Amino acid sequence: MSVAAAPTVRRSLRIVATGVRRQPRWFAAAVAGSTVYGVMTALTAWAIGKVTREQVTPAVEAGHATSGQLLATAGWVGGVVLVNLVAVVVRRIAAGYTMYDVAAAYRRDVTRQYLRLPLAWHHRHPSGQLLSNANADVEATWNVFAPLPMALGVVVMLVAGIVQMVVVDPVLALIGLGVFPALFLANAAFQRAMSPRATRAQQLRADVSEVAHESVEAALVVKAMGRESEETERFATVSHRLRDANIAVGRTRGTFDPVIEAIPTLGTLAVLAVGTTRVAGGDLAPAQVVQIAYLISVLAFPVRALGWVLGELPRTVVGWERVDAVLRAQGEMRHGEERLDGSGPSHAVLRDAHYSYDITTEEGEEARSRVVHGVTIDVPAGSTTALVGPTGSGKSTLANLVVRLVDPERGDATIDGVDLRRAARGEVPGTATLVPQQTFLFDDTVRGNVALGAPLPDREVWEALAVAQADSFVRQLEHGLETRVGERGASLSGGQRQRIALARAVARRPRLLVLDDATSAVDPTVEQAILAGLRQSSAGTTVLVVAYRMATITLADQVVFIEHGRVVDHGTHAELLGRCAGYERLVTAYAREAAERAAVAGDEELAR
Amino acid sequence: MSTAIGPAAHLGTVATLRRGFRLSPEIRRGLGVTLVLAAVTTVGRIVVPLAVQQTTDRGLLAPGGPDVGVVWRTVALASAVVVVTGTCAYAVNVRLFRASESGLATLRIKAFRHIHDLSVLTQSTERRGSMVSRVTSDVDTISQFVQSGGIALVLSLGQIAVATALMLVYSPALTAVVWLCFLPLLVVVRQFQKAVGRAYTSVRERVGDMLAAISEAVVGASTIRAYGVEERTAARIDAAVEAHRKAAIGAQVRSVLAFSSGQLVAGLTLVVVLVVGTVLAAGGHLSLGELLAFLFLVNLFTQPVQQATEILNELQNAVAGWRRVIGVIDTPADVADPGEAGTDLPRGPIEVEFDRVSFAYPGGPTVLHDVSLTIAPRSRVAIVGETGSGKSTLARLLTRLMDPTSGVVRLDGADLRRVRFSSLRERVVLVPQEGFLFDATLLENVRFGRPSASEAEVRLALTELGLEGWVDALPRGLRTEVGQRGESLSAGERQLVALARAYLADPDLLVLDEATSAVDPSTEVRLQRALDGLTRGRTSIAIAHRLSTAEAADEVLVVDDGRVVERGPHRDLVGQGGVYAALHASWSAQQRGG
Ligand SMILES: Nc1ncnc2c1ncn2[C@@H]1O[C@H](COP(=O)(O)OP(=O)(O)OP(=O)(O)O)[C@@H](O)[C@H]1O
Ligand SMILES: Nc1ncnc2c1ncn2[C@@H]1O[C@H](COP(=O)(O)OP(=O)(O)OP(=O)(O)O)[C@@H](O)[C@H]1O
Ligand SMILES: [Mg+2]
Ligand SMILES: [Mg+2]
Repeated sequence: MSVAAAPTVRRSLRIVATGVRRQPRWFAAAVAGSTVYGVMTALTAWAIGKVTREQVTPAVEAGHATSGQLLATAGWVGGVVLVNLVAVVVRRIAAGYTMYDVAAAYRRDVTRQYLRLPLAWHHRHPSGQLLSNANADVEATWNVFAPLPMALGVVVMLVAGIVQMVVVDPVLALIGLGVFPALFLANAAFQRAMSPRATRAQQLRADVSEVAHESVEAALVVKAMGRESEETERFATVSHRLRDANIAVGRTRGTFDPVIEAIPTLGTLAVLAVGTTRVAGGDLAPAQVVQIAYLISVLAFPVRALGWVLGELPRTVVGWERVDAVLRAQGEMRHGEERLDGSGPSHAVLRDAHYSYDITTEEGEEARSRVVHGVTIDVPAGSTTALVGPTGSGKSTLANLVVRLVDPERGDATIDGVDLRRAARGEVPGTATLVPQQTFLFDDTVRGNVALGAPLPDREVWEALAVAQADSFVRQLEHGLETRVGERGASLSGGQRQRIALARAVARRPRLLVLDDATSAVDPTVEQAILAGLRQSSAGTTVLVVAYRMATITLADQVVFIEHGRVVDHGTHAELLGRCAGYERLVTAYAREAAERAAVAGDEELAR
Repeated sequence: MSTAIGPAAHLGTVATLRRGFRLSPEIRRGLGVTLVLAAVTTVGRIVVPLAVQQTTDRGLLAPGGPDVGVVWRTVALASAVVVVTGTCAYAVNVRLFRASESGLATLRIKAFRHIHDLSVLTQSTERRGSMVSRVTSDVDTISQFVQSGGIALVLSLGQIAVATALMLVYSPALTAVVWLCFLPLLVVVRQFQKAVGRAYTSVRERVGDMLAAISEAVVGASTIRAYGVEERTAARIDAAVEAHRKAAIGAQVRSVLAFSSGQLVAGLTLVVVLVVGTVLAAGGHLSLGELLAFLFLVNLFTQPVQQATEILNELQNAVAGWRRVIGVIDTPADVADPGEAGTDLPRGPIEVEFDRVSFAYPGGPTVLHDVSLTIAPRSRVAIVGETGSGKSTLARLLTRLMDPTSGVVRLDGADLRRVRFSSLRERVVLVPQEGFLFDATLLENVRFGRPSASEAEVRLALTELGLEGWVDALPRGLRTEVGQRGESLSAGERQLVALARAYLADPDLLVLDEATSAVDPSTEVRLQRALDGLTRGRTSIAIAHRLSTAEAADEVLVVDDGRVVERGPHRDLVGQGGVYAALHASWSAQQRGG
């Protein structure tokens, strides 16, 4: 056997064993069915021989068939056939259960991992690839369970067959047995040729999925810009690569299949040729040759099932490697034991926090880019703190640090004095709620999106909606709270989506509420009302708000001004206006613009 | 009005295949030669076992003792046949793979293109993950069928024919018996096929659901973590995975039952042939040797029949996938490009006219009521109004992402429905409220607005917008990778890119739907000025909640509950004491901080 292929087979067997451990019962049932099938297939030949000898031949010689003889004939052969049938049904159904149960188990594992791994990991892995991991790769790994039980049954059959051959004539058996090393050699060559091709095809399948996923997500922009042809071109490029890879896979399989089919036939022919010579030499009776030739030809078909399994193995290995990479991915957030109990508003602190993002360069190299440099922010319990800073200054990153969507690289984030890294799982989301800048709604009802599975009474859902100024439009929806909002909330307007997301946060009655520019798509009057509502309902809440609007900022007890990932200044709005030029420039931009415009208009009027 | 994407479930198996073949002409290319080669292969499959049997009968068991010469000759001949047919089989495989994979690539690409040609409303009738599965896993299913079953089906059918012919030579009576046993199978198989087909259709749909659920967990990763709803999301995914598992097992059980019906018939045939054969032989109509030879032929017949039933089951899986792909392609694009028949917009500033336009989303209430308005060429218009009042809807009608339920939108006097897309998309550009960046560099993302633009032109555009300082401060400048959906940039930065992209496209009518809602005020003011200068002489329409945009516009349109309730220059409207005056009062109060 070739050296290169051996590890593949061994490796794939180990993978298969891993799968079997997930579903041992069904697999055992399938193998049992398959064993019976193997025995029964061998018995079919035996039963036909038996009835021919004991019933048919006497009947023909007598020139008359009794009904007893006919019944015995039908009984023996029919019995064997029926048992075989049942065995096959059991084998196949059980194989189906094994395959789909194991696949489902791995799909759950893989998606759990998606939910567990940190955001940084998600940034590095395109969604389309992840979809492919959970679907196509899991499928590729466990497809082997379809032919595997049958192949195991075949092994039983083979052993029985080989024993029979050896008993009949060791010399011919040797020739017959020569078939098997030949099969394995062919397979080794196949494995070696196939592995890289299968890997490539599977990777390209994921690439196709990646482009498709991205392009479908981008559908609106593609259409608005009229870039359908360019996108199709992009998709066509990967599709054509996948096509070529699949053709290469097909060519390899296409070579392998006829070879596998030819080997047993050639073996039979060799047995016949050598056997006849030996019969002519008087070493053997003709019947013995016939028996061995027949055995080989009976076994030839099922032996191909072995070929199917061997043919699947490269895909199994490739699929598994891709799935396993997800399962082994590290970086899951660790949780401690401490609880964030206590009632009333929380006290949140970022102390000397540093944060860097992993970035990939165009050349695919990994690098880090620091965007938060030693930031300290103290958000006292019950206060409202506004985080102000220009575009890209690091506000969202800070917001994420405060609610522990990410951990600081250096420094720490605490709530009520507890380092968030030491808080138990579920404690931080139970205490602090972030309304992210980018609204994300689930493909669920309005109620589902607000309550997120919590058993909230209607009244509380409506209250939360009212605070977010979403109650009036929800009331107008055809099914009210039970209206499905579509994927990502597609059937709502931008501002409506934002308000549902806001209601979702309010409904949790968090002790720390972090609003990351959460009213950007809401008009001024509604925003005023939302802020008023929040102020009333959130007496027991600490609020950290990223905002540009003066109204929001002036409500704050404290303003922290950020630039380039550093705190430039903090204090009350009035203090900052007085002493921080950058701050003043930022928050009064509209007013200055309006004043300037008014002045220009005034001049024009004067000039007239 | 808008159509949902269908599964094309009305198409039967044969019709699906025929339609599928027509959509992928490559599959039929060279099929004749492939079939001839397949026929040779089939003959080989029969010849070899026959040769074995003949060698045994005439050589090994020859009346006067074994005839070594005959045996060696037939063996040599049979070996040659094995080699020839093996080569043919290889050729058939390769030809079939090449043809089918090329055809399927074409199908995939056609379906993909058609997804983009569907109107936004049709697109939104299906979840993205599910739509993706139509051009990925559904097509993969077909491809896998062809790789494993396609040729075997052809060979099996051929073998059935050849075996029948041979059986006829031995005993027409027994051949009739065999076929009589198999006829009921044809009926049963047809019935089973339908059930199996339905089961596989459901499997394909569940795959779509599963992908949609998983995609939600991936795309919504940060919201899920922020709210600690991992468990709930996991439960939703589990439900989809479980539904898929159930459907898959259901299909498996059905197809096993269908297959075992073939096996059952094969076994029964053997029994019947034995019994009838014994009677015939006892009656002297048949020699014992002939009976045994016939049994051997029956085997050659039943094997391919079983294989064919099996493959037909798998075919149903492929057909289910095929149907879903065809389903996309057959969904009419209801906002269609008039193409050749249409007109081009003449270059120059564009005039916009809404003539009694009403619009309702499918199954929803009317959200725009009888809107009539004209926007003069070269004017800069701001559209303001409450959330949900219909501003984005107006923008989508204006750029023909949707067609009005009633009424007409005209650009430069031409009915929008008659304007060629090539012309429309070049002249009219919308920056939608939900922007999207591709997982590529900043440069490529901006260039999406005009693929022919050089790097220098992209840089120039950014400079003209006053963004060069920002770009240069990024870790890799123009070569910065923006990440999936642009997530490696901040929200405001993403909007800057989207704006630069539209600006580079150099349209005559620019429609901005909240294009700077996440940008900080001083950057926004700067951008506004840059844009004002640059779009002078063109028509521009901006939807904004920040009324600074309205203050700067030539004219303000106030939308309220699907109607344009006020319009005029900012200063006039402020004086009128209407909706706008109230909005603006609250805005300026906010600016003053009170
Ligand atoms: N995932 C990421 N990978 C790499 N860089 C990132 C990533 N997310 C943000 N950045 C960079 O970090 C900086 C800070 O981003 P952040 O989103 O915190 O800004 P922000 O203050 O919230 O801006 P905005 O007002 O636009 O929302 C930006 O320069 C941005 O380009
Ligand atoms: N795809 C859709 N399907 C059904 N209804 C929709 C869809 N999109 C929007 N609507 C409804 O149509 C109305 C108008 O929505 P539109 O998006 O035009 O509002 P808008 O004025 O742009 O609001 P915003 O300021 O929040 O962006 C809303 O009531 C919304 O719920
Ligand atoms: Mg931000
Ligand atoms: Mg809108």
